[in-house]
Amino acid sequence: MKEEIFISGRNIPNIDPSLEVWHFPISLYLFLGGLAAGIMVFAALVTILKKEKQFQATVKQAMLVVPIALSVGLAALFYDLTHKLYVWRLYTTIRIESPMSWGAWVLLIITFISIFWVFSYFTEMFPKWDWKYDFIKKWEAFFIKNRKPMALAMLPLAIILGVYTGILLSAFNARPLWNNAILGPLFLVSGLSTGAAVILLLSKHHYEQSMISKIDLFLIILEIFLIIHMLMGMYAGSEVQLEALNLIFGGPYTVMFFVFVVILGLIFPALLEGVELMGYKIPIAIPAILILMGGLVFRMVMVEAGQITRYLY
Amino acid sequence: MRYAMVIDTLKCVGCSDCVVACQTENNVPEGYCRDWVTETVTGAYPTVELELKSERCNHCDNAPCVRTCPTGASHIVEGGVVLVTPDECIGCGACIESCPYDARFQHPEGYVDKCTFCHHRLEKGQLPACVSVCPTKCMYFGDLDDPKSEVSQLLKTRTQKVLAPESGTKPNVYYLT
Repeated sequence: MKEEIFISGRNIPNIDPSLEVWHFPISLYLFLGGLAAGIMVFAALVTILKKEKQFQATVKQAMLVVPIALSVGLAALFYDLTHKLYVWRLYTTIRIESPMSWGAWVLLIITFISIFWVFSYFTEMFPKWDWKYDFIKKWEAFFIKNRKPMALAMLPLAIILGVYTGILLSAFNARPLWNNAILGPLFLVSGLSTGAAVILLLSKHHYEQSMISKIDLFLIILEIFLIIHMLMGMYAGSEVQLEALNLIFGGPYTVMFFVFVVILGLIFPALLEGVELMGYKIPIAIPAILILMGGLVFRMVMVEAGQITRYLY
Repeated sequence: MRYAMVIDTLKCVGCSDCVVACQTENNVPEGYCRDWVTETVTGAYPTVELELKSERCNHCDNAPCVRTCPTGASHIVEGGVVLVTPDECIGCGACIESCPYDARFQHPEGYVDKCTFCHHRLEKGQLPACVSVCPTKCMYFGDLDDPKSEVSQLLKTRTQKVLAPESGTKPNVYYLT
């Protein structure tokens, strides 16, 4: 039996022969959103647990990365819109059914919280800086006093942001590669792991490094487990899911997924971190940069490959 | 009122007149189309089967595009017709990703465009452009809530299918087989 389908009169840009509606900026945004969410979860946790003194890079330098990452992510997202002048429409309504709608709101709120957070630590980070005006200093004192409430708000919002980067994709049942319930938790864990990698890169204290490194090792193992879980779910799925699975099992995304994401982005850095924790000297930057690379490539694979998958009829 | 389109695949000759009529009626930009014709060949010679179908937005009851739209630009109006308000659309592409029929596209002006069941014609009591021009009269349009309508009668008497029912969209374009 051989089946052939011809479509007459259709060659729409970005739709035929397969979707190319979301491009690299979306992958970049999902990566930066997850990374920012990861850093914020750690910063909020150590603040709530009153461990800021031991985790200086987590609450200061790494948090400085967050508003930058979120702004670049938002800019990338905006760049990929095709009807840009109407972007304000996102903020005239909240639609619970649409992950993009509540995700956009969470993103807006958490960007402001992260800016206030950095503001509250700014003179501590840069002692020579002077705000000059008294009213700014009053605000600074206010935010310094309210770091704990900020952390309490940031923790759940950051977790929502991390999960949202996955749910954004998994909400589309028309794209079988994305349409699995594990994608939300998987992207959250991946985001936490990339956030930890940023902290590792910026931290100068041994205690902080080894604690974050231990947590990161656990996160990577969890992420590998979740990826196996996702692949098993698709393997046991229907024809459309099997076809989606074929893209990363022998199809055009096999090398990208298994070499760059699973081996170089997860297994190898996990081994390096493990060996480092056992006492051998390994520059922490190597596993950290590999994790960041793996996180970005993972999102690129998911966004690009997902758009190839579709229903068969 | 529940609008539905019924297309007789046994009568369709694949002339693509529906495509041209739609492009003309709706000012669809060059290189784009809101409806299209598929030719599906199955089997091996000499037992070969050919099916011709005019496809478009299915105006689903459970429309994933309306669900995933972050601004509410995609919405359902009276009669179950799924429409896009250009002034509310930000061009994020979520609805395009969510459509199992790939029926939506980004208009060169930025907003998302698709079949409207010729809503502007329905308001005047006219048929959609594609239906009105079909030379073999293989396309029918009407109200499923009215048991006496032509579409209700056809669906009662003929074997039929909808596209990708497993996607859970509850489409409103039916194909007689």
